[in-house]
Amino acid sequence: MANFTPIKKKEKNIFYDPNLSKRHAKAKIFKGIAISALIMSLLFLFIFLSDMVNKGVGAFKQTYIQVEVTYNAKTLKDTRQLIERKYRTLISRAWLRDIPRLVKENPELMNTTQVVWALADDQVDMYMKNQYYKIRPKHKATLLELIENNRVEKHFNTIFFTKGDSKIAENSGILSAMIGTILTLLVTMAVAFPIGVATAVYLEEFADPNSKLSSFIEININNLAAIPSILFGLLGLAIFINLFGMPRSSALVGGLTLALMTLPIIIVSSRAALRSVPASIRQAGYGLGLTKIQVVRDHVLPLAFPGVMTGSIIGLAQAMGETAPLIIVGMIAFIPDSPTSILDAATVMPAQIFTWAGMPEVAYIERTAAGILVLLSVLISFNAFAVYLRKKFEVKW
Amino acid sequence: MSHFQNKQKSIQLKEDIIKYLLISAAGISVLTTFGILFSILFEAIDFFSLKSFTYFLTGNEWSPGTANSKFGASAIFAGTFMITFIAIAIALPIGVFSAIYMSEYASDKVRSTVKPLLEILAGIPTVVYGFFAAITVAPFIVSVCDSLGVSASYNSALAAGVVMGIMIIPVISSLSDDVISAVPDSLRKGSLALGMTQAETIKDIVLPSAMPGIISATLLGISKALGETMIVVMAAGMNANKFSINPLEDMTTVTVQIVAALTGDFEFDSPDTLSAFALGLVLFVVTLTLNIVSVMLIKKFKEKYKMSSL
Repeated sequence: MANFTPIKKKEKNIFYDPNLSKRHAKAKIFKGIAISALIMSLLFLFIFLSDMVNKGVGAFKQTYIQVEVTYNAKTLKDTRQLIERKYRTLISRAWLRDIPRLVKENPELMNTTQVVWALADDQVDMYMKNQYYKIRPKHKATLLELIENNRVEKHFNTIFFTKGDSKIAENSGILSAMIGTILTLLVTMAVAFPIGVATAVYLEEFADPNSKLSSFIEININNLAAIPSILFGLLGLAIFINLFGMPRSSALVGGLTLALMTLPIIIVSSRAALRSVPASIRQAGYGLGLTKIQVVRDHVLPLAFPGVMTGSIIGLAQAMGETAPLIIVGMIAFIPDSPTSILDAATVMPAQIFTWAGMPEVAYIERTAAGILVLLSVLISFNAFAVYLRKKFEVKW
Repeated sequence: MSHFQNKQKSIQLKEDIIKYLLISAAGISVLTTFGILFSILFEAIDFFSLKSFTYFLTGNEWSPGTANSKFGASAIFAGTFMITFIAIAIALPIGVFSAIYMSEYASDKVRSTVKPLLEILAGIPTVVYGFFAAITVAPFIVSVCDSLGVSASYNSALAAGVVMGIMIIPVISSLSDDVISAVPDSLRKGSLALGMTQAETIKDIVLPSAMPGIISATLLGISKALGETMIVVMAAGMNANKFSINPLEDMTTVTVQIVAALTGDFEFDSPDTLSAFALGLVLFVVTLTLNIVSVMLIKKFKEKYKMSSL
């Protein structure tokens, strides 16, 4: 289009359309609409991510106050007396509650007085982070005095990564939800991966593509992928919990429910990977006298494996972010201690985010957003790893 | 029988066993679909043996947990419809126009950077969208409406609908992108050769050809919106007795009521809990129908252009 010589006199050109400039203007507008739609969807992503970072990044630091702690038999019995009366409302109740255990582990502390950094109450933390706070004027004066003397500091929030859920905002962390997620996903993968790959192998390598059975299975898988996730929760509740009597809220039930949801993703991507292995490989195998199983097991599957892995990782990432069916099977219980087996009551990261989002205290908002940041970074690195696998092992036949 | 034949037989047996194992694995997904259907159906039948089916579809009082509980879900259906409508009104134009830009205008470089970004949008867990709707979008809508002198609810249908729309954009755009790219290039070149502008080519030639695919993408988006749970649980209302066409008021959806019924302290066999399965049945039937129609449309499109990659 670029290199034609225009006919200078428009009126002599019999092809000249007097509306041409109007049509070109319209074309420009159309293109403008298209690009602004794309920009808008990217803008949503940007606003969304920056909003989460903005809200959540504060939670990675937590306020600590330097106070004198007196350890003796009397104060250990009534932990509120461990510190001076005027500081009591500024220090976390949960932190004081943990002191007797600390002394038990370190008996040399007994009958001494130490200056330590104590975890601050969530209202103090909110004040330090310029959020909405509720502190009485009397206590605020004490706090301002402490700040004046550099006895208030923000440290890296280790509690967030080393503790489970808590009803006390400053003492709550994401560890038990993380372990719950790992247990649940282990169950999911242990079930969905072999079944999904086996189904794909059957449909691609063994089934007659024109038979009624295989088209029936195919339609089923298609429909399964489109069923709303919450209905899988109803299945889990009715079958796994009520019929089979598996423990409610457990990673086992949640993992099985998610496995059924992940199946279609693994099947579809594994089939695509199997299909991309050229027929010549199979024919060479048959030519050497291998049986069908030997060809599939020793030649086709290893070649398709990177594709199968990519699909499974993407499926895993999707299962990791799923919440609705897990709420239905009870995985939103309050779990302060990490589950130790797949039969224990557990919660998962998205469910933890959901419970925190419903908490009335302001301090939970930043913890929710921080939980979201952790979840998103895990998900994005999973997906990036899947893309890397695909790029690295991609074979052009 | 020779030793060779014996070995042959055992190999054959092994092959058969493995084959049947594979078939039974494939059967699991069939079992799951029917498991979902029947587990919902049986509990729903239990529910309808206690409560009227016609009142469930047409009645407008929803009062679980009370002495003379009534289950008329029409306000719930209306709220679901409203929120879905808002979501599609946002996702359809943005999704389709993004797809047009990606497949018709964008250079390969832009495509390869933007596509993964849209995939991130698609991979964000819905609970995160729900938090965004409840904490950021809803207060924003309330404050904008306040400054305009209109009152808006913190659980407005608009906030949930808008965020749900954002969630559905990648669903619609990626499928539309696929079908638009699949329209044969000869059609475009023919149109351009006749002197049409690029925009006219897209509007009058490419889009009409890709229409079955775009409609199918929209149906898939609708089905996703109907079944979406976390966004509405966190951002939409709970009141199942209120009819309204004002998107600034709070509305509830089928999925919200399912969660409410199953997380409440009701007996499992009470109509209050079983109502969740009745609502689930409606959701199942509607989304399945949408999906089947959508698959049929795509099949038609594929047959028209003789392609097999979609």
